[in-house]
Amino acid sequence: MTVNGTAHDHDVEPRTLLVQYLREACGLTGTKVGCDTSSCGACTVLVDGESVKSCTMFAAQADGASVTTIEGLADGDRWHPVQQAFHEHHGLQCGYCTAGMVMAAVSLLDEVPEPTERDVRLGLEGNLCRCTGYHNIVKAVLAAAETMRAAR
Amino acid sequence: MSILGTRVLRAEDARLLTTGGTFIDGLALPDALHVAFVRSPVAHARIESVDTTAARSRPGVVAVLTAGDVDLPPEPRSHRRVPDAMERPRIARDVVRFVGEVVAVVVAGSRAQAADAAEAVVVEYDPLPAVVDPEAARRDEVLLFPDAGTNVAFSMPSRAGDDFFAGCEVVVEQRIVNQRVAPCPLEVRAAAARWDGRRLTQWACTQNPHGTRAGLAAALGLDTGAVRVVTPDVGGGFGAKHGTYPEEVIVAWLARRLARPVRWVETRGESMCALGHGRAQVQVARLGGTRDGRLLAYRLEVLQDVGAYPSGATLLPYMTRMMASGVYDIPAVDVDVVDVVTNTTPVEAYRGAGRPEATAALERVVDRFAAEIGLDPAEVRRRNLVAPDRFPFTTPTKATYDSGAYEAALDRVLEAAGYPRLRAEQAARRDRGDTRQLGIGLSMYVEITNPGGEPEYGSVEVRADGTAVARTGTSAHGQGHDTAFAMIVSAATGIPFEAIEVRHGDTDDVPRGHGTGGSRSLQAGGSAISGAVDLLIERARERAAELLEANPGDVVIDPGRGVFHVAGTPALARSWAELARPGPLAAEYDFEPPGATFPFGAHLAVVEVDTETGRVELVRHVACDDAGTVLNPLLFDGQVHGGIAQGAAQALFEEFVYDADGNPRTANLADYAFPSAAELPSFERVPMETPTPLNPLGAKGVGEAGTIGATPAVHNAVVDALAHLGVRHVDMPCTPEHVWLALRSAAPPPARAGE
Amino acid sequence: MIPAAFDYVRADSAEAAIGLVAEHGDEAKLLAGGMSLIPLMKLRLATPAVIVDIGRVRDLSYVRDAGDHLAIGALTRHRDLETSDVLARDCGVLRAVAAQVGDNQVRHRGTIGGSVAHGDPASDLPAALVALDATFVVRGPGGERTVAATDFFRGFLETALGPDELLCEIRVPKSGPNGYAYEKFNRRAQDWAIVGALAARVGGTTRVALVNMGPVPLRAAAVEEALAAGGSVPDAAALAAEGTEPPHDLNASPEYREHLARVLVRRALEAL
Repeated sequence: MTVNGTAHDHDVEPRTLLVQYLREACGLTGTKVGCDTSSCGACTVLVDGESVKSCTMFAAQADGASVTTIEGLADGDRWHPVQQAFHEHHGLQCGYCTAGMVMAAVSLLDEVPEPTERDVRLGLEGNLCRCTGYHNIVKAVLAAAETMRAAR
Repeated sequence: MSILGTRVLRAEDARLLTTGGTFIDGLALPDALHVAFVRSPVAHARIESVDTTAARSRPGVVAVLTAGDVDLPPEPRSHRRVPDAMERPRIARDVVRFVGEVVAVVVAGSRAQAADAAEAVVVEYDPLPAVVDPEAARRDEVLLFPDAGTNVAFSMPSRAGDDFFAGCEVVVEQRIVNQRVAPCPLEVRAAAARWDGRRLTQWACTQNPHGTRAGLAAALGLDTGAVRVVTPDVGGGFGAKHGTYPEEVIVAWLARRLARPVRWVETRGESMCALGHGRAQVQVARLGGTRDGRLLAYRLEVLQDVGAYPSGATLLPYMTRMMASGVYDIPAVDVDVVDVVTNTTPVEAYRGAGRPEATAALERVVDRFAAEIGLDPAEVRRRNLVAPDRFPFTTPTKATYDSGAYEAALDRVLEAAGYPRLRAEQAARRDRGDTRQLGIGLSMYVEITNPGGEPEYGSVEVRADGTAVARTGTSAHGQGHDTAFAMIVSAATGIPFEAIEVRHGDTDDVPRGHGTGGSRSLQAGGSAISGAVDLLIERARERAAELLEANPGDVVIDPGRGVFHVAGTPALARSWAELARPGPLAAEYDFEPPGATFPFGAHLAVVEVDTETGRVELVRHVACDDAGTVLNPLLFDGQVHGGIAQGAAQALFEEFVYDADGNPRTANLADYAFPSAAELPSFERVPMETPTPLNPLGAKGVGEAGTIGATPAVHNAVVDALAHLGVRHVDMPCTPEHVWLALRSAAPPPARAGE
Repeated sequence: MIPAAFDYVRADSAEAAIGLVAEHGDEAKLLAGGMSLIPLMKLRLATPAVIVDIGRVRDLSYVRDAGDHLAIGALTRHRDLETSDVLARDCGVLRAVAAQVGDNQVRHRGTIGGSVAHGDPASDLPAALVALDATFVVRGPGGERTVAATDFFRGFLETALGPDELLCEIRVPKSGPNGYAYEKFNRRAQDWAIVGALAARVGGTTRVALVNMGPVPLRAAAVEEALAAGGSVPDAAALAAEGTEPPHDLNASPEYREHLARVLVRRALEAL
């Protein structure tokens, strides 16, 4: 599979989850595991451009796919508008949910480019954060939407 | 202009937003073996046998060990009055007392091999009757520790006489279950350890690295000098990661015994049962006063469920007792405390640790008192607040509040919320008989931060290139210490914020510390850094005087430029780099707080309750939290937001549930439903700053404040929405079903005239 | 968190999948989007020896106008349903219900066929398909057969699908863009319904289906009959719990579920 633009080829056990593949085989530890019931979304990555929970997909299912993780989101030193907005609006504290939250937000804004606050809150229903109370995450995503709209 | 008090963006964010930071499970530790624990699936049983034969023969297995194989002493007692018989072995020996207790440990070459082998360990249990409900445990019919002869682990009896409420025209009583919750940091526990033949290096997922160092050293019989604890990024703690868990000690023991690096990360399912739980008090609150709203006597009975072993929760009721009377000037206050063990996960500190329980009880019963005398709840509160000219104010439970402006906080919240308009809207909906009723809930709190009064270590060092390193004995897990402490250094020295590195969490790098808990980091850790900076500037001034050939007394610092010069001749200046070049330029300081500080505030929650289904929606939450001087409003607001969400979640969503046999029913994040963004509103913050005189920053702690204020505000709002339907109380969490049940059992409202 | 070990084989066509399942027998389990199966495997509540991955069977992903009905490939993802123009025009109800399934990440992977085959009475789509009187096209070693949705769900997580069969297509009547209301009652947006009530007008009749009110997705027959007989909405909705066997769990007692069913059915009917 292609991860962040680089081809990766590893033989793994069939039971290897995509998140384990990314962390252990590819060494990309930005993607996190926060639960074992597909509830928290900390493991969210983009598979062929869409958000998925990488703990609920076997690596083998992503064979041949293009995967983007938090490590591959910035364009060199230029952060993605969602990364930038999370920084400017203090959308992260401990940082553990952040990679998944950011990737979910990127996917959401791709599907709903001009969201309302309600759209953002519902669009992030699959991602749990225990630190921020979501207030600044929602602000950040709305701000990123505005930045991206202005750039279009 | 100083950067203090400004919205400086976080130094921590870059790594977390681009590479995801460095958490223990992501550490590169070549050759590390993987540890998995075998845990009890039953709440109370005698261990008949543990058969490790099959597990040992699984691929990749290096060791399978049970209690008899591991020579570790039991956990230290949490208080000298806790019975010896209630000691906790690191691995269950003869009896298991909660689901999730460690029974055996497996070490294997890979994580999957360890998990597979753990499943192959066969344990035979002879079930014992379990006791889950603390009120039942108190009856001592089922004993967890027969040798103790009781389930009571600790108590602090009431001192009140029969005439306690004499003179009160009205006395209201409310039984309140402050339900057991799970802290749920997004990062579960993890540990890694390496033994080099002489010293242990342990990577710890903790709030308190030096405490972990002491705990590991004591357990393993090592000098603290032989233990290095390294705490990388930590994904939240909320109090539950303050102590040292048996699993961490076992991981350290294994590294030494096997002479191989070992690592462990638990699953969420394990974490829900083995990371400490929070709250878990059953309370009876009685409040007496006059018909015109003057509060005279308050009595609180606390039954603290400490879980299977008396650990961190043993002393939570101390805090509940100390903070019992809150922001009110109540002449007579009495608290009765009993701690009992039950066949459940041990309870530890959880965001607020004993203070939220005090506030939740008092604020709920103040509302009942207001309803009883027919006075607006805001007005009852106002009539009883400690006045601003009474500080320092000592309460009947011997807390000495440093500073406060309680009525101002109340006024600001009522003003910001538009209180009269909300009441008018509520009245209109009641008149119309709307399905969606409006509830307005108030709460006021005062809490205690850095309650233990521990000192804290800070140091600052300027490098030859003019950049600086600050070290702190506190330890961050999301709070933004790097940013906050760099601001303090930068403001005083003029060294650019970006040129200041803040280090914490490595006990070889930072000599001592008390970690992060009780909202202490800024007031204790920040004050230590501030003290170190003052010393540093003194030393730099002396060195500048030498270089400038002037009297030290004539040399001044220009923090705007980050240079020293002789007063009146700013053009001839020496930079930090020039001063640091001749040799080390550093200072360290131990801040000894003269006392704890007492942040306070007022919260107002607005909920809509669907009277047909019982569903509650939090639609607004207005909060005025005053924690003294604010260093960085960005970080401050972030702490409050997270606190409000957690506090509101306790009121509406969260409860860790066991069945009657002690089986957990909410041991994952699907069943343990803490809210997502979709269930919460944006919050409205009302700023207010009343500095404390007890530290140079004027700062109190804000980490727990939001949680403490939010729970009773939201809880009161739910009851308020239904008051006209005869509802007087709803058990937390106010789930749709709980609300529906409360509505069904409510006394029908009196028929109004003319109907 | 780590599933038990298994062998993995991938099928590139429906025929290949049926062949592989026949080859491996009871030990094999079909994997579509994996939104139900993988969580069970991670908790080791499901430990299949062989996984037959049908996620790449592209020719089972479609929403087609088939004249008098719509044909939906079993491997069509929820995301494709909620954005389908065909559904927007001819079966708005299915599009709207698909948008209520799980969260975005689940909808990006989960499939309608996976949801149906799993047979969870708390799922949204099976109840909608029961309301629509959908037909399921099933293929096995012996050929193809069709099963009515109302006959398909047999018990809790139990369907008419044989162990060697593959659900290939779902056929639904054209019910138009509007004329439906779905009242999903849950604690958190991402959660399963505690109770769900769906009302839809299909070909001149009003259909009512219930989510999580028994071991299978149900039609509220008493409600439908009362409405057909000219009964008022409140009177009909009062019958919503008739013939149900609601479960007892953390979120609700059976009694509370019955109450919710009556309220939600009334609201759904009022919103029609």
